[in-house]
Amino acid sequence: MPLTVKDLMKMEGAYLPGSAACPGCGLSLSFRIASRVLGKNTVYVVPACCFSVVQSPMPLTSIKAPILNIAFAAAAAAASGIKRAYETLNKDINVVVWAGDGGTADIGLQALSGAAERNEDIIYVCYDNEAYMNTGIQRSGATPKGAWTRTTLKGKEEPKKNVPMIVAAHKVPYVATASVGYPFDLIRKFEKASKIKGFRYIHLLSPCPPGWGIDSSMTVDVAKLATDTYFFPLYEIENGKLRVTVKPPKKRPLKDYLSIQGRFRHLSDEEIEKMEKEAIDWWNRLLEMEKMESIL
Amino acid sequence: MGLSKELVLPISKPSRGASGKTGTWRVFKPVIDLQKCVKCWQCWLLCPEETILADDVPTVDYDYCKGCGVCAKICPAKAITMVEERE
Amino acid sequence: MKEKGMWELINANEAAAHAVRLARVKVIPIYPITPQTMIVEVIEEFIAKGLMTAEYIRVESEHSAMAAAIGASSAGVRTFTATASQGLLYMHEVLHWAAGSRLPIGMAVVNRAVGPPWNIHADHQDAISQRDTGWMEFFVSSSQEALDSILIMYRVAENNRVLLPFMVCMDAFILSHTHMPVNIPDQDDVDYFLPEYRPPHWSLDPDNPVDMGNLTMPEEEYMEMRWSIERGMKNAREVFKEAADKFYEIFGRRYEMVHCYKVDDAEHIIIASGTLASEAEVAVDSMRKDGRKVGLLKIGLFRPFPQEETRTILSKARTLTVIDRSYSFGYGGPLAMEIRSALYNLDERPKLVSYVAGLGGRDVTYKDIEKMVLHSEKEEGKNMITYWYGLKERVRSSGFEEVI
Repeated sequence: MPLTVKDLMKMEGAYLPGSAACPGCGLSLSFRIASRVLGKNTVYVVPACCFSVVQSPMPLTSIKAPILNIAFAAAAAAASGIKRAYETLNKDINVVVWAGDGGTADIGLQALSGAAERNEDIIYVCYDNEAYMNTGIQRSGATPKGAWTRTTLKGKEEPKKNVPMIVAAHKVPYVATASVGYPFDLIRKFEKASKIKGFRYIHLLSPCPPGWGIDSSMTVDVAKLATDTYFFPLYEIENGKLRVTVKPPKKRPLKDYLSIQGRFRHLSDEEIEKMEKEAIDWWNRLLEMEKMESIL
Repeated sequence: MGLSKELVLPISKPSRGASGKTGTWRVFKPVIDLQKCVKCWQCWLLCPEETILADDVPTVDYDYCKGCGVCAKICPAKAITMVEERE
Repeated sequence: MKEKGMWELINANEAAAHAVRLARVKVIPIYPITPQTMIVEVIEEFIAKGLMTAEYIRVESEHSAMAAAIGASSAGVRTFTATASQGLLYMHEVLHWAAGSRLPIGMAVVNRAVGPPWNIHADHQDAISQRDTGWMEFFVSSSQEALDSILIMYRVAENNRVLLPFMVCMDAFILSHTHMPVNIPDQDDVDYFLPEYRPPHWSLDPDNPVDMGNLTMPEEEYMEMRWSIERGMKNAREVFKEAADKFYEIFGRRYEMVHCYKVDDAEHIIIASGTLASEAEVAVDSMRKDGRKVGLLKIGLFRPFPQEETRTILSKARTLTVIDRSYSFGYGGPLAMEIRSALYNLDERPKLVSYVAGLGGRDVTYKDIEKMVLHSEKEEGKNMITYWYGLKERVRSSGFEEVI
């Protein structure tokens, strides 16, 4: 039975209002919702990222759950240690990494790959605001091509690192992309992941008003547009079987997504056309992969 | 065997308003017109700050609401307006 | 005392693995590096044969090994890892994290030279360069010491008054791969000496959620936390004595922070650690035969540094020969520096001459140590030079002041 809003209201989340998050933060929104689904019996591991600061400064914290803050590169490894320790104590406690894109796609990639290869029984959540936002908007491997950041003033030249597919190549039980633009798809994916044993990876699109150059009210709308323009497709891969979980009834032109964000405003019509073609190509490839029994 | 006064640990305790009364950050505040509200609770679901309370009717917790405006944007009944804060 | 335990001919790596088994370590994240690999393999064998039950995490790097150890210890279990040289350097960042989190993690470090160029042989640079991290460091000179000190240091580390991680340091190949007779204690005795670890201070527990390590500001308690680490170190000296006494009571073997060999009437004392110290014992005996009143102070516990003990013991001598197997570039031999500081407040200080020898596994025999002792006798001891002993002819012949 899929969870409804009324169900969610009765569940206790781990986010306490009055955090250091910016108004309209995609991170706090996704964490609020996901922590309800993950439940009280969960500990979180957080490497250096916005979340480290959003927790609020000591001696208080805005998160009502055990958290281990850890060095930038080490989230997946620390989480592995915690989970294995609980196993020796016969304690069935969920261990969830909640990391930014920098600590996942760049400096954290080694530990992520190691934990995935060992099929550690943890959920790794990457909330992707597509740059090093905590340090003031510098590009990461997950920054999309064409995006302005303070270290890619003319727009990033390289394509976005496809971390979900990299993780999927490790043959883990569950990989998914999710977004605050489609909250019930997000909820369903967290529910599903919670019931699976082994390494689970969820890649969340987490809009960032200051970093993306959007009004703080646009967080949910811009996330929905990312999916509706095929720029950020929502899919899941369960034991190699891929399913596109949200197929927008009407594809929106990519311009609708790009033009409302300050970080893409410098793009020419030609560049946008090229990006649109790439997005459509990838979308079609996903649809092809859906037909396969296993994509690996 | 208690712990000594010498042990100062890098640990924090959970609290609402851990970054203070973040309501003071606001420039605009959301005002909900209950006449128009259809109780879909999308505002509760999509508030990034968990400051719409799930009472009988959606109520804003103005102590911590940061005034982002997401609720007003996504309300299907257009029941929420962002009103400028006056001193 | 009735003979307990079981005698076996093993090297320090195997001895360390036995200690980990006896300590009932629950989580072992570990990454292989020469010459520690045998520790990794023996533990694997123990688990495969059902001789020990532990979660063995075959991590993908040393940085991750220490991060996983932090995770496991935070969840509330006794944790262990082992490494050497480059591996220890790679985990440097998270060593600070472990100490700052006040987690009593145990580690064996097989002291090996750091590159470039690649050198797998005995050298203390790896462990000595971690001396600022808040980790306790204990240097051993035999396989027996390797086994026993891991047990003792767990008891020290997990004490309420300490709660800091530790590394037991053993020389590459000279100890790690050399077989010696070792008495392997009985499990019952170790269980009595080392009860199950239950974190007294904090752990990751959904029933009592705490947030470890979130952001802090200057006016909050960061500096107090750093002071608290130092308090743990201070208490560790006392707790070590208590643990060593208890160890003697149960197992009949004595351990001290520093080990004195023929120092009571010594006019000249050699200071060294690791296998240089065991070699120096032979040098002491040889020189005593020639009528020289020489003694040895072996530094076991390097962190916390035993300032009081060294000052008391060394103050009676006329000349001190300090031999380092590592170097602090731009300054000198680290052990010599620390000894000098410990002696600073004496009204009358002995002459101290500093030597560095054996880097990169270069052999240092008792004859070499005798030469250093004789050299220091002739020295005025008024300079800050660390003499480089045992360099090759082409450097020695170039007439550099510090090369002897």
